[in-house]
Amino acid sequence: MEELLRSFFDIDILVFAVIAIVPLLWVLPYALFAVWLERKVAAHMQDRLGPMRVGGWHGWAQTIADILKLIQKEDIVPTLADKKLHFLAPLVVFIGSYAAFAALPFSSAYVGSHVNVGVFYILAVSSLAVVGLLMAGWASNNKWSLFGAMRSVAQIISYEIPTALAILCVVVIAGTLDLQEINRMQTGWFWEWFVFKKFPFVFVAFIIFFVSSLAETNRTPFDIPEAESELVAGYHTEYTGMKFALFFLAEYGNMFLVSAVASSLFLGGWNSPFGDFMSGPIWGVFWFLSKGMFFVFVQIWLRWTLPRLRVDQLMHVSWKVLTPWSFVCLLAIGFWTVLGG
Amino acid sequence: MAKYFKDIFTSIWTVLVGMKITFLHLFTPAVTIQYPDVKPKLPERARNRLYVNIDDCIGCDQCSNACPVDCIEIETVKSLPTDDLGTTSTGQKKRLWVTKFDIDIAKCCYCGLCVPPCPTECIKMTEVYEFSEYDRYNLIYNFSALTAEQVGEVRAKQAAYEKEQAAKKAAAVKPAPAAQPRPQQQSPGSKKS
Repeated sequence: MEELLRSFFDIDILVFAVIAIVPLLWVLPYALFAVWLERKVAAHMQDRLGPMRVGGWHGWAQTIADILKLIQKEDIVPTLADKKLHFLAPLVVFIGSYAAFAALPFSSAYVGSHVNVGVFYILAVSSLAVVGLLMAGWASNNKWSLFGAMRSVAQIISYEIPTALAILCVVVIAGTLDLQEINRMQTGWFWEWFVFKKFPFVFVAFIIFFVSSLAETNRTPFDIPEAESELVAGYHTEYTGMKFALFFLAEYGNMFLVSAVASSLFLGGWNSPFGDFMSGPIWGVFWFLSKGMFFVFVQIWLRWTLPRLRVDQLMHVSWKVLTPWSFVCLLAIGFWTVLGG
Repeated sequence: MAKYFKDIFTSIWTVLVGMKITFLHLFTPAVTIQYPDVKPKLPERARNRLYVNIDDCIGCDQCSNACPVDCIEIETVKSLPTDDLGTTSTGQKKRLWVTKFDIDIAKCCYCGLCVPPCPTECIKMTEVYEFSEYDRYNLIYNFSALTAEQVGEVRAKQAAYEKEQAAKKAAAVKPAPAAQPRPQQQSPGSKKS
């Protein structure tokens, strides 16, 4: 990608700007589509129809109309809010989410940044969102927002441990933190994917990763930070217009991010499931995005299936179930790798 | 310890069961009716907006009397013996000009009590239920077939006829002063309240 761009124009800033913009070209339409998808899936799971009118075919333009409305809305800042933090919070949340896209290998030919610690970078930078959430809750000067923010922070920090341990399981097998390299190691038929290696430990690690990534993106059943029925909307209650849209964008961006990381680490990322069939840099993009979208769909599916967990249940799942099991997996995989090669 | 493992197993299992149920519902036909495009079938004898077939109306005022909220206003003028107003579709002879037949549908409570008394079955409930207006005075429906000029004309004719009749009576009374004029004929009676 970089070489290709340099053959057109050899200006550093332009080349890097184009590379940096590419994920945004995916994230923005994806977020619009995902919001629409969420509403349609929600509706059909409840035997309703969902948006049907805007744009003609099954209300496909509904979210476009919504975002246009949000852009036009008045930006209301509560009188007693901490103005600076209130302004910064949505930016921090979105930056935290978008920055992580830099290390995602969209295809064998494109990755925003060739870092050899890609997995670690994604883990680290997506935790930045926690700061943004707490900032939003605190700056709103609203009890319920602060509640939501605190719950969110407690939840994300708790669930980062099983997430990291589950990722470590893959890293132990792969021996590298470079996502591009991890993907390359899974080339071939789908049984080469890491989920099916060292069965069943990596598979369990995959389940643990998926469950805890749900919690990290504040999705149901772990959506107590937002908890419409008790906290109205949690940390973003006091946000209007574009700022609210940024939170929304960040949430849906995060959904895709964790899905993409799951597919890169466990399900071969940009690799075709059928060996050489339909493989290559262009098809790679297709496989990567469709695997990611599949998990986004599963997240939506779960959201409309499961009720919200209580706070104590949430902590129970994290500390008493996911964390010990991910340790077991890590140890087992470690021993297997050392002894069995 | 056994409970711990059992709980994990049950939770995974029940999540899968729930996901199966919601997934099947994804393909269940929706119960939503796309309202303005598709309308639900109204039940038989559904009561909605009133309609008056003014050609059949004989101005008997029975619907107005039956109305519990007084939303029907009828005014009539007697026709002259020379006028032929025709007959209703049920064969009754029309004897009154219906100069005003207003239904204030905003007041209407859709009880349907006005429908059964009508001798010519000209007032009835229709299937129309979408008739909201921005101005509530637009909800007063005028069913009278006569224009304002026609109403004036009819009234003037009737008044002239009454006068003529009264004059005739007076002329008839003079040669026979013993005969008492009957009270019905004395009153102008052109208007029904």
